[in-house]
Amino acid sequence: MIKPSIYPILSGRTKRKRRFLFVTTLLSVIAFALCSTMLMLGNTIYPVSDVVRVLLGEQVSGASFAVGTIRLPRMLAGVFAGFAFGVAGHVFQTMLRNPLANPNVIGITAGSSAAAVFSIIVLQASNTFTSIASIVGGLVTVTVIFLLSRSTSFSVGRLILIGIGIQAMLNAIVSYLLMIGQQHDIPTAMRWLTGSLNGAKMEGLYPLILTVLIFAPIIIALGKRLDMLELGEQAATSLGVDTDRTRLFLVVSSVLIIALATAVTGPIAFIAFLSGPIAKRLVGAGFSGIVPAGLVGIILVLASDLVGQFAFTARYPVGVITGIIGAPYLIYLLIRMNQKGDL
Amino acid sequence: MKSTHAFKADHITAGYDQTTILHDVNVSIPSNKISIIIGANGCGKSTLLKTMARLIKPVSGQVTIGGKPIHKIPSKQLARVLGLLPQTPIVPEGITVADLVGRGRFPHQKFLKGWSKEDYEAVSEAMEIMNITEFADRHIDELSGGQRQRVWIAMALAQQTDILFLDEPTTYLDITYQVEILDLLTDLNRKYGTTIVMVLHDINLSARYADHIFALHEGQLVAEGQPSKIVTSSLIESIFGLHCTVINDPISGSPYVIPIGRHHSKLRKHS
Repeated sequence: MIKPSIYPILSGRTKRKRRFLFVTTLLSVIAFALCSTMLMLGNTIYPVSDVVRVLLGEQVSGASFAVGTIRLPRMLAGVFAGFAFGVAGHVFQTMLRNPLANPNVIGITAGSSAAAVFSIIVLQASNTFTSIASIVGGLVTVTVIFLLSRSTSFSVGRLILIGIGIQAMLNAIVSYLLMIGQQHDIPTAMRWLTGSLNGAKMEGLYPLILTVLIFAPIIIALGKRLDMLELGEQAATSLGVDTDRTRLFLVVSSVLIIALATAVTGPIAFIAFLSGPIAKRLVGAGFSGIVPAGLVGIILVLASDLVGQFAFTARYPVGVITGIIGAPYLIYLLIRMNQKGDL
Repeated sequence: MKSTHAFKADHITAGYDQTTILHDVNVSIPSNKISIIIGANGCGKSTLLKTMARLIKPVSGQVTIGGKPIHKIPSKQLARVLGLLPQTPIVPEGITVADLVGRGRFPHQKFLKGWSKEDYEAVSEAMEIMNITEFADRHIDELSGGQRQRVWIAMALAQQTDILFLDEPTTYLDITYQVEILDLLTDLNRKYGTTIVMVLHDINLSARYADHIFALHEGQLVAEGQPSKIVTSSLIESIFGLHCTVINDPISGSPYVIPIGRHHSKLRKHS
């Protein structure tokens, strides 16, 4: 027997749930369409039938190489990195209750880039070594920033300010390295500054795919707890959330997926920063925005990469395009936060 | 009717970082009653409330419920018995009233599950009690301060705990809303037997609405008991340092504190 008094609440909530499901499905469809487009489009356009045959493992002359060896890894790199950036960005923005908080701010991307550029220019290391160096660099930087911002009590403001400081320092190191570097190393190094899907290879993708498949479900499972953290430390604790443990799991999982994604694509500008707010605007509050944020991340990366590859006479790496989209949003956000007095 | 719990703080010493605020406090919360903690700013009212609600870990001593130390009870399980509404909870952006009240259901929800029938019932009941059903689909930012506070209390009610702590639930509210909130909390106590413990600033409202008062001074419990027995001018003088006279509230008969001050006195000499 359902009490009639619950109907007003039930109907509102059902409406919000429908919107959430509808938008999430729509985002999945768009992401899927972009994936297919990425496989079909290139110097030669292959029809869907050829693409499907290649994916099923058949040998199709021409298509097998172009689709299987070049476009598929490029697409998968975009999908997993985009998802990782989107999810991790949403986690940090929600947990720190600040739209400016994203993995760039906690230094992970700057740390990864600096370590990778150092490895390329100074150590003349292999790709594998450079990837590992970038992961380690990212993780070390995050740890340093968290330790520095942790005096007697934890403060988001301090974390963000220290993050910005460390980032500036690491960027200076990168600039210096680029100046002393040898000419032929510069293009490889630049990839670590703008982010690009160029040159993604299947064997280089497995660690990222594996990490995302393990840690993204953990983050999604903690979605409700993440939303509870938004009420503030005291309310969340009173409602039975083990706040310290929840935060630890969320931070570690997010940092790992983003470190691995950065090692494959370099830091693709603004994805982590844009995906969460866009997804939230689309699905509304009330349901966990983690998956929609990840889907928006995929869409932004793939769409920007398609634009970068085909919209202009020259080819631009994906990071350049996302940078162009992201910068105005950052300015808009700063203006809005300033008006609300949040800055 | 809500269950009865033996809820105690034993020899609690607690504070923040290096500063100790509470010194060796013993408190036993009367079940199914309204208790109010009073005292001057910085005397440790909030610290006591937060320590008892496991938001602060005491330096020594322990808080027990039914004889069991609260830090040994799993977080979610404890949250089904004991709820606390913080002084300044944070509103998530864009959330509707019903969804926010629904967050109070977290300790009752299973891992990865959506809202159950019980969740809907608890949310609608809490919203009815707080008289906010009509706002269900509104955004919190559209509500007034008094309405918002009712939403927060509804969230705590949806949690359906036997014991409810509130940290200054009437601060920043107009007098009308202060009385309204306190009346609603009294309804809750009388109707369901919910044990209520709160910190209030207003001594006269405390004396009227409390069944039991805990008076704190410089981190120590200096008096406790029924307001009519313990609220005297000497107690007020000792905990607030306020020169005053105490009369009977003409409406409720409870003690009513009137400050004397240096001006405006019609009495030539007071005793």
